[in-house]
Amino acid sequence: MTDAPMTPVTPPPARRTTVSMMVAIAILGGWLCLALAAPLIAPYDPDAVDIMNMLSPPGAAHWFGTDQVGRDVFSRVLFASRVDLFLCVVGVLPPLLIGTTIGLLSGYFGGVVDNLFMRIYDLTVAFPFFVLVLAIVGVLGPGLLNFVLALTLVGWVSYARLVRAEVLTIRESEYVQAARCLGYRPAAIVTSHVLPNAIGPIIAYAVSDAVLVMLAGASFGFLGMGAQPPLAEWGVMIADGQAFVQQAWWICLFPGLAAISLGLGFAFLGDGLGQMQRRQAAA
Amino acid sequence: MAHLRLIARRLMQLTGVLLGISIVTFLLLHMAPGDPARLLAGERASAETIAAIRMQYGLDLPLWRQFITYLANLLAGDIGQSLRFQRPVSELIQQFMWPTLFLTVYVVCLAVPPTVALSILSARNPGGTADQIVRLVGIAGLTIPVFWLGIMMSRFFGVSLGWFPVSGYGVGFTGHLHHLFLPALSTAIWLVPVLTQSLRAALIEKAMADFVTAARAQGASEREIFWRTILPNSVLPTLNLLGVMVAFMIGGAVIVETVYAVPGLGTLMIGALLGRDYYVVQGLTLVFAMSTVLVTLAVDLLAAFIDPRVRA
Repeated sequence: MTDAPMTPVTPPPARRTTVSMMVAIAILGGWLCLALAAPLIAPYDPDAVDIMNMLSPPGAAHWFGTDQVGRDVFSRVLFASRVDLFLCVVGVLPPLLIGTTIGLLSGYFGGVVDNLFMRIYDLTVAFPFFVLVLAIVGVLGPGLLNFVLALTLVGWVSYARLVRAEVLTIRESEYVQAARCLGYRPAAIVTSHVLPNAIGPIIAYAVSDAVLVMLAGASFGFLGMGAQPPLAEWGVMIADGQAFVQQAWWICLFPGLAAISLGLGFAFLGDGLGQMQRRQAAA
Repeated sequence: MAHLRLIARRLMQLTGVLLGISIVTFLLLHMAPGDPARLLAGERASAETIAAIRMQYGLDLPLWRQFITYLANLLAGDIGQSLRFQRPVSELIQQFMWPTLFLTVYVVCLAVPPTVALSILSARNPGGTADQIVRLVGIAGLTIPVFWLGIMMSRFFGVSLGWFPVSGYGVGFTGHLHHLFLPALSTAIWLVPVLTQSLRAALIEKAMADFVTAARAQGASEREIFWRTILPNSVLPTLNLLGVMVAFMIGGAVIVETVYAVPGLGTLMIGALLGRDYYVVQGLTLVFAMSTVLVTLAVDLLAAFIDPRVRA
């Protein structure tokens, strides 16, 4: 570095985390702790039936009240967070991994694979996402496992489409051409040059997808197609409480608020990541 | 001529997609673990019943022969028979589709005015207070589970205040408007943020366009520039999004109709899923996919008529 610029180099702007990012970390970290520590925090067994105390309103003994068979709503909301957080992970990761792999292959090598993939893409977007997943779960049989299976079967396509579009531009970039000239094998170029540069948009999409997956998981639980009662899951709890909402609004209210707060956590994470990427791009 | 050529090309593409849709819906029934005949007959059916069903539905034929039969039936307008209602699926769909159509149009009508207002408010001063508030409210709106919002609104506006009925479809046009208000509002609350994001981005982008500078140079007032130049040019990207949104709204209708017990296609779908009425599930999936494809086609063609650049 002999020809250093004469003007003093301004230090790169410190990558200060944004407000959105801090809110996101607080919410998601909070939920993670609550989910992990649920057996320690929960004042009651989430499945313990207590007929003497059914439909009792929120109070000192039961912070969030009790449901129609006297189960403690607070304990159930806590234990349900384990199911819903787990759903976000297993609902996002398999489509992400499969979609990224296929998107990389399709975008970098083109040809038959790419053609086939584009036909599958055209076909998948013809179906309303929710309806297709619903129909597949319906045919396979209701349950959490089949929900995740159906979600993977349909969800990988959007990841692959995103990755493919990224790869198409990265493939023509100078550093990839340089790597090609230096005689790197295609496999090495894809994994160590293309993938790292495509990862930002993939993560941003995965975060926004997590909100959708969480909402879909709760919706499927609500419709009786996902988690099955008596398992504590937010959607299942809301479905349980729907018949009693006139006398006992608390059975529905709290699981819904829990779902919104977790969703907000992911939404702010996406927002924060976007802001940080824009700052980096501007720097 | 250009229009005709565009339509012809889109119809050609459509044929491929429609064939694909029919393959997927056909395979849907065969994805089920175990014997489709047993599924159709129910879990407690005797061996004779299963054999009879296998014969009746041609399930003993090779898969490709079954598909040819399925395709031929589709072309003849026959999408199967409901096992539970003992009626053709197409008849059921005709009976249940009106509330869903009404709801969809209602949602669009409720969603468009606030979308336009909020986007203009946001785009007037990007990064300003109004923009930040709209953005935060939008983020919140996207994370609310539609079914939960529906239950809470029916509890508050329906039961506590008694302003709106909490279930059913009502009688006559005003009855429908009254009964479907809460379902439509629940869906719109979720739709508005998505559309607003898109229209806001388009407004900001178009405000920097060269033709805006040109208009300003010609002495047009800022008011004229906004209403005559920026807004019309920003509508197109959002219009395209609306095509995609219809697919989401069909999914939303499934949930919202269940919450408010609206006798529409969504309720029919959930009933069929829980009652293992597989031909209804198959037929509805097919019809939902067809509607999505046709709406997308209509939006594309509309865009081409509005904007000559799309035709190329």
